[in-house]
Amino acid sequence: MHLAGLTIAKARRLIQAGELSPVQLLDAVQAAIEKTDPAIGGYLSRDYQRARALAEKIDITLPLGGIPVAIKDVINVEGEPCTCASQILQGYIAPYDATVITKLRAAGAIPFGRTNMDEFAMGSSTENSSIRITRNPRDPERIPGGSSGGSAAVVAADEALASLGSDTGGSIRQPAALCGCVGLKPSYGRVSRFGLVAFASSLDQIGPFTHTVEDAALVLQAIAGHDPLDSTSLDLPVPDYSATLNDGVKGLKLGVPKEYFVEGMDPQVEARVRAAIEVYRGLGAEIVEVSLPHTKYAVADYYIIATAEASANLARFDGVRYGKRAEAPRDLADHYGRTRGEGFGKEVKRRIILGTYVLSSGYYDAYYLRAQKVRTLIRRDLEAAFEKVDGLLSPTSPVPAFKIGERMGDPLQMYLADIFTIAANLAGICGISIPCGDAEVDGKKLPVGLQIMAPAFEEARLLRIAQAYETAGS
Amino acid sequence: MSAPHLDVRYIANLVRLRLTEEEITELQPQLDHVLSYIEQLDEVNVDGIEPTAHASAVYNVFRADLPRDGFTQAQATANAPHSGNGLFLVPKVVEG
Repeated sequence: MHLAGLTIAKARRLIQAGELSPVQLLDAVQAAIEKTDPAIGGYLSRDYQRARALAEKIDITLPLGGIPVAIKDVINVEGEPCTCASQILQGYIAPYDATVITKLRAAGAIPFGRTNMDEFAMGSSTENSSIRITRNPRDPERIPGGSSGGSAAVVAADEALASLGSDTGGSIRQPAALCGCVGLKPSYGRVSRFGLVAFASSLDQIGPFTHTVEDAALVLQAIAGHDPLDSTSLDLPVPDYSATLNDGVKGLKLGVPKEYFVEGMDPQVEARVRAAIEVYRGLGAEIVEVSLPHTKYAVADYYIIATAEASANLARFDGVRYGKRAEAPRDLADHYGRTRGEGFGKEVKRRIILGTYVLSSGYYDAYYLRAQKVRTLIRRDLEAAFEKVDGLLSPTSPVPAFKIGERMGDPLQMYLADIFTIAANLAGICGISIPCGDAEVDGKKLPVGLQIMAPAFEEARLLRIAQAYETAGS
Repeated sequence: MSAPHLDVRYIANLVRLRLTEEEITELQPQLDHVLSYIEQLDEVNVDGIEPTAHASAVYNVFRADLPRDGFTQAQATANAPHSGNGLFLVPKVVEG
């Protein structure tokens, strides 16, 4: 049993036909990890025995019955570590399941393996993990993207059929683009965040990485829906995402935001994305140029809002209730200062300090309040665009995967990696990245991602647009 | 207008983050650089624009105030670096 080319849909057909057992499938994943992961470094931990016990008695009639799913190490799975790739959560064992895990289990999926990430999901390359480097499956000298770099890499390297990640400013879509798999960020409020370690609460969403759009629809189906434990999850019906998947794009209007084709973007990325847009034209979609005039402010806006929220959210790491604590503190201030100083990595410190500053007395109006108003303008740009078009097409990342170490000394350059993905989080809409060809760099074929965005709670339309491109190529 | 400046040492103390001298030396110019970048929001006219606090239009979500299962004391303290008698142990807080 080889995992290469195996999708959830296909594995489910084999399982239901009795040609593959959940234990055989789990063993195939375990074997793939043992073979491939030493060179990739996508996983932080895994508990084969626990997964095996689940696989032995799983109900294969359930929608995801017997499918192992890798989980970003920022989502609580009862009885497992949840390090957030941080030293401050050393030794922590999750005492409960996040709602997405409860829902995956109810659908018959088996949580298996914890994936690497930038510490507390802060980063665009997974280099901010305090635990290990994750390498791009296409070129080990390059980053897998981030912050969900492990979740993207293990799917792209055929070490997992699917994984979950979290996306605050592009952390699902950007690594999916850079590794060459499908990455879906649902609308804000579509998927419960209960049990997701919070980074920026007004932006965070959980979503899947998969090999195909069809698989993304299957995983979203399992995890979407209202949760009384997350008051920001909306009480709206969840449509059948697979039912409309193959409806095509004939007659749809698709917008191309002119501000997303900027100077300095990689010419091969632009060429692949422009070619994908022509595929849509060929499939009968009407292509329209649109303008999102406040695009250039999205990164600055995001780094005020996300860091402000992070500085508040990360106050809970105080060395009292969980995690690491500094040895022999002199007094309480020394306890807090050293616990946090020793426990957090550099990028987390940078963001906590910036976030505290923009919220501090005398600066709140100038930074945070102004940023919330600019957020309104960015949201209105998208609302205005969606009055004219059904979806938006753009690159996911302006460049293919960069080299390990290349941007680590320059935080601002790293932040600009998210330039095309941030607006979807600020506006709360849904977005997906799907592979649209390769860029050849130094003799290596590096994946290029096409980003599709649709209005909030229009995941069915988003998936249908993505599916049209994916099936047109095959 | 002078270049924006954020006093890393002062803010780090506010947020209870002990930094080494090396870290302060490294973070100070990096954060001033990021701050100059985010100052570009000053160009935007935001007169009369309502702030967006979060992306979905839900406000004041209520639920019935009913008891439900939570952690036992043992579960709640299981991850604590120091605990005893079902309590979290911390350095002395009140001087006496």
